Amino acid sequence: MSLIKRINALEPLWWSLFGLGGTMAAFLFPVHIFIQGVAIPLGWVSSELLHYERLVVFLHSPIVKIYLFLLIVPPLFHAAHRIRLTLEDLRIEWLDRVLPLLCYGGAILLTIMTLIVLL
Amino acid sequence: MADEIKLTLSRYNPDKDGEYTTQTYTIPYHNDWSILDALNHIKAELDGSISYRWSCRMAVCGSCGMMVNGTPRLTCSTYLNEFYPGEISLEPLANFPVVRDLVVDISDFMAKLTSIKPWIIRKNKKDEVDVSSEYLQTPAQMTVYRQQSLCINCTLCYAACPVYGLHPEFIGPAVIALGYRYNNDSRDEGKEERRKVLANEAGVWKCTVVGDCTEVCPKHVDPSAAIQRTKVDSAISWFFSKLTGRGE
Repeated sequence: MSLIKRINALEPLWWSLFGLGGTMAAFLFPVHIFIQGVAIPLGWVSSELLHYERLVVFLHSPIVKIYLFLLIVPPLFHAAHRIRLTLEDLRIEWLDRVLPLLCYGGAILLTIMTLIVLL
Repeated sequence: MADEIKLTLSRYNPDKDGEYTTQTYTIPYHNDWSILDALNHIKAELDGSISYRWSCRMAVCGSCGMMVNGTPRLTCSTYLNEFYPGEISLEPLANFPVVRDLVVDISDFMAKLTSIKPWIIRKNKKDEVDVSSEYLQTPAQMTVYRQQSLCINCTLCYAACPVYGLHPEFIGPAVIALGYRYNNDSRDEGKEERRKVLANEAGVWKCTVVGDCTEVCPKHVDPSAAIQRTKVDSAISWFFSKLTGRGE
């Protein structure tokens, strides 16, 4: 079986990560956009919250690390799956042959980078 | 002069010239006419050579589906007043081979429909022929599948589905929705048999969640939701088979 066929055979896995990522993004992203993009710039919440020393201590907590992992990684696979399906519909043959590798490979690479930064 | 409305029909006659052309008819406008009424008027009064399918005139038989101004619709429940004073264009359902004028060949759909076994399957085959025993079902158990049971096999969802257009092997929205309907019927025991058809590359995993099937469905079956729920089910059984080492 070729590599691309092997990747495609894992479709239930990609789709599950896609679903998980969509759920995470839909629930968590708006909260972050609201706090960091609206509430703090408008002064509704003190910008002291994002102070460097404060955040460094905060980020050392294992619970925060798990949270950040779930915030970042599943949405990467959500994006990978969506980009792949959208581009596949364009039916560009050479692209179809590398697309799953590029999308999921990219998501896996970024997952590893996330782990390196977090751990 | 009475109000008039223009209808442009796709014409195709394989026995004559085999060319796809269009023909425009101007007919009297009636506020309460459906497009099917207009077609019947054209056939009876203007041009007996046009071909189209219809039967019940009340959105039950599912045979009068066409592309109305580019969107799959049942012509018996689509009214001229929605378009008047604009014009209406009628084409055969997209994604199917054309037999003649507005008639398409749906044998591909019919074969896929049978493949999902849209009937109640019992593990004990005697149950299927023994009509003397009762299989009781509570209203709550029926609610689970009722929405999907309303499908009339009109194939509008196949004409709307870009995935079916690109990949004809895709078993398609209505067939998956019917698989979902029987899988979720408390009297049915055929989930394993249907999994072979549903949970593979030509089945639910082909769907890219476009959602046009649900948009065009005249009976609000919501095939898209049925497909996504079947994906959850298929993914769980896939993970289970990987973990236990059992073949799918």
